[in-house]
Amino acid sequence: MATGIKDKVAIVGMGCTRFGERWDASAEDLMVEAFIEAVEDAGIEPKEIEGAWLGTCFEEIHVGKSGIPLSQTLKLQNIPVTRVENFCATGTEAFRAAAYAVASGACRIALALGVEKLKDTGYGGLPDFGTVMGTLNRFILPNFTAPGGFALMATRYFAKYNISPEEGKMALAKISCKSHRCGALNPKAHLRKEITEEQVLKAPIIAWPLGLFDCCGVSDGAAAAIITTPDVARGLRKDFVKVKALQVACTSGEEMFTQNWDGTYLKTTTQAAIRAYQEADVKNPREELSLIEVHDCFSITELVTYEDLQISERGKAIRDINDGFFELTGNIPCQSDGGLKCFGHPIGASGLRMIYEVYKQLQHKAGERQIQDPHLGLTHNLGGIPSFSVCSIAIFGI
Amino acid sequence: MVGIAAFGAYLPRFRIKRKEILEAMAWINPSLWSLSRGEKAVANYDEDAITLAVSAIRNMSHESLDNFLKQKEKVLFVASTTFPYAERLNSAIVSEAIECAEAVETADFSGSSRASTSALIAALKQAASTESFSAIVASGEVRKAKPGSLDEAYIGDGGCALMIGTKNVIAAYCSSLSFSFDFPSDIRSSSEPFRRSWEERWIKDEGYKKHIPFAIDAYLRKNGFFPENFRYVIYPCRYEREHKAIARMLRLREEQVVPSLINKIGDTGSVHPLIMLCYALERSSPGDQILLVGYGNGVDVIHFEVSPEIKNYIPRVSFEKLLEINAPISYEKMVSFREIMPVEKGIRGEFQPETPMSVVWRNRKAILGLVGSKCRKCGLPQYPPQKVCVNPHCLSAGEMEPYSFSRKSAKIFSYTGDNLAFSLDPPQIYGIVDFEDGGRMMLDFTDCKLEELKVGMEVELTFRRKYHDAHRGIHTYFWKATPLRT
Repeated sequence: MATGIKDKVAIVGMGCTRFGERWDASAEDLMVEAFIEAVEDAGIEPKEIEGAWLGTCFEEIHVGKSGIPLSQTLKLQNIPVTRVENFCATGTEAFRAAAYAVASGACRIALALGVEKLKDTGYGGLPDFGTVMGTLNRFILPNFTAPGGFALMATRYFAKYNISPEEGKMALAKISCKSHRCGALNPKAHLRKEITEEQVLKAPIIAWPLGLFDCCGVSDGAAAAIITTPDVARGLRKDFVKVKALQVACTSGEEMFTQNWDGTYLKTTTQAAIRAYQEADVKNPREELSLIEVHDCFSITELVTYEDLQISERGKAIRDINDGFFELTGNIPCQSDGGLKCFGHPIGASGLRMIYEVYKQLQHKAGERQIQDPHLGLTHNLGGIPSFSVCSIAIFGI
Repeated sequence: MVGIAAFGAYLPRFRIKRKEILEAMAWINPSLWSLSRGEKAVANYDEDAITLAVSAIRNMSHESLDNFLKQKEKVLFVASTTFPYAERLNSAIVSEAIECAEAVETADFSGSSRASTSALIAALKQAASTESFSAIVASGEVRKAKPGSLDEAYIGDGGCALMIGTKNVIAAYCSSLSFSFDFPSDIRSSSEPFRRSWEERWIKDEGYKKHIPFAIDAYLRKNGFFPENFRYVIYPCRYEREHKAIARMLRLREEQVVPSLINKIGDTGSVHPLIMLCYALERSSPGDQILLVGYGNGVDVIHFEVSPEIKNYIPRVSFEKLLEINAPISYEKMVSFREIMPVEKGIRGEFQPETPMSVVWRNRKAILGLVGSKCRKCGLPQYPPQKVCVNPHCLSAGEMEPYSFSRKSAKIFSYTGDNLAFSLDPPQIYGIVDFEDGGRMMLDFTDCKLEELKVGMEVELTFRRKYHDAHRGIHTYFWKATPLRT
């Protein structure tokens, strides 16, 4: 049995750009912006960094492949720099690699930086899956997009639990409204307006049953973390944050190729959560977690994630939503920074952006949206679509 | 005995009333108002000559198709004047789609609306000289017409398939007679999308009304028959009045003449004589004599005698049922689907990466034939074909055998209508379907509306064009799900 990552590494500095339609900023500008904040926050010199991991997903539309875009932009002096990609789990993957490097002793101080410049495509939404799933899939997969892929889960969830489209869409609307309330409090968020349930329900349909406000923002942005050992961290600051768990789960194909999966949950999230709680020694997540930042690419994803993370019972997430369990003032605030929904979703940066929020909350530096006395935060990313997904879960504490 | 052993027709789901076409375009050509009657069949945006031929073959009885596929020596002739490819054998694509083994003789027949009857004669003559023989002659046609042209009002889209063999013959081949004339009534150079036609009066009087009676008369004289010997005489003619006039010239009674179908499905070009033959065969009794005429730059006359086997043959979908399965399409959609009117696709819709042909070749059975794999150890069907079994309780490696999905029944597991994905017919509808005998696929849906779909609804698979890369001249094909209507 592996001993796990718990308490072996610490975050000593983080940076995150304002997310949004950053028409004036290149990916390089965003990387520098996040990096400078992180280095200043950590109180280290850039030359102290002994290894770096760059997370970026749709690299062909901005920086290109390899670690070179990061090393060249930040002028890192011939240290190992590696580009990592795992769909929407990319940012957390960069963090995981840097954390493992520190834990193994390979690096004293490591950098994880995620960036995505999505607004140079000329259209809304993410680039199509048509060319990113390999050459065979171009011929055999439908002409699908991310909202459509997740809409399939909403259709299943409503069918399984006998929820009418109206009832289901209202529960989803409450999720989006909650995130907009948080986003409005966050100066770095992409979308900063509160919305009403009526607006959500009346919005144009993107992929039935999901409407415009069921979908997250497509944004430009970057986020960075400086990671070191707890020993080194103690010399740098008092309020460093410790990593408690880092888990990734990839589909085996069972969901897509067999009829074993009922389409109302994420198998990868479920498995990654079980392992993450074990690694972090969390016995009862509903009682122990202070806040969660989940991958709310679409409102339905957030809903099933409540259940996959063992916080809501299967089929009962709507009850918790109606009870305000995940509100900023609720038992476990979810998306205190606005989430993907409002902070925005520059793919490679998102995982690190979530860690940034948990880090700031644990340090009591979250401003207007500060949660009372948090001690344990969880971040969750989901790449692909529910029928073929990759999930990353990370847990952080003080 | 040599003859027709099976038949299947296919009509695309859409119909447009001629009146609607004329309301849109007769301003440029007011003479069109004289033909405002009836409607015609219109192919969906994802259909072309190849897919219509495949759909027609799949509408033959499954038993017949299985018998054909089991034969050692097979022939597959496909006829069309609108093949998507001028080079890349269209019948070879059809062959892969119906999972024909590679030992098959394939050929494309083209050049005139007579191409299908010429292919039929070639198959019948080859059958007469071979002991064990089985052939499919299929035809599909999706023609483009210039807005405001007569063609636009007349032409319809469709598909038809006949099986030729020596066993289970439902209509025996008697003999045939062909004439070839360079009668340049409708011409189109290979680089042009639209036909141009000489004066209509000349086409009617010098063409249809001379050539068809001449050829039929010649056949009768040569073989010592009289018009009254035939239960059904089939000759395509897009002009209703001339269709009737030809009957009078041949001294045929009304009930001997198979209706032109022009006002139901339009003039389906090379498909038309075959689809009229299906219409006749569905109404035939043993002993009936049938005379089939193919017309276009000459005439083919083929004589059949219906055998007692006709009573044992039922196509998977009857012609009447095909007529019943229909939905209206607007004029604007019709011309957009045919890529006649350019429409705004957005940058997302314009993006088209290169089609890797070596991938198409390597995976041809999976892509065109929808062949997956089945685990020999646990029996689980899976698609696309896997090397390691996906069943978590099995996980055997190297235990896979080919498994055909295209004719398996399936139900909708989930679905959506996507307005973000580019589609020529938004929303792009797709979903996940579960197969009754195991296996799951994520597929595009076609020929349906979002509102009619339900989780658990039965679907069937249909062979469609996946995309048309107009810039590089590439058509790719795959399978889609459609609500089970047959």
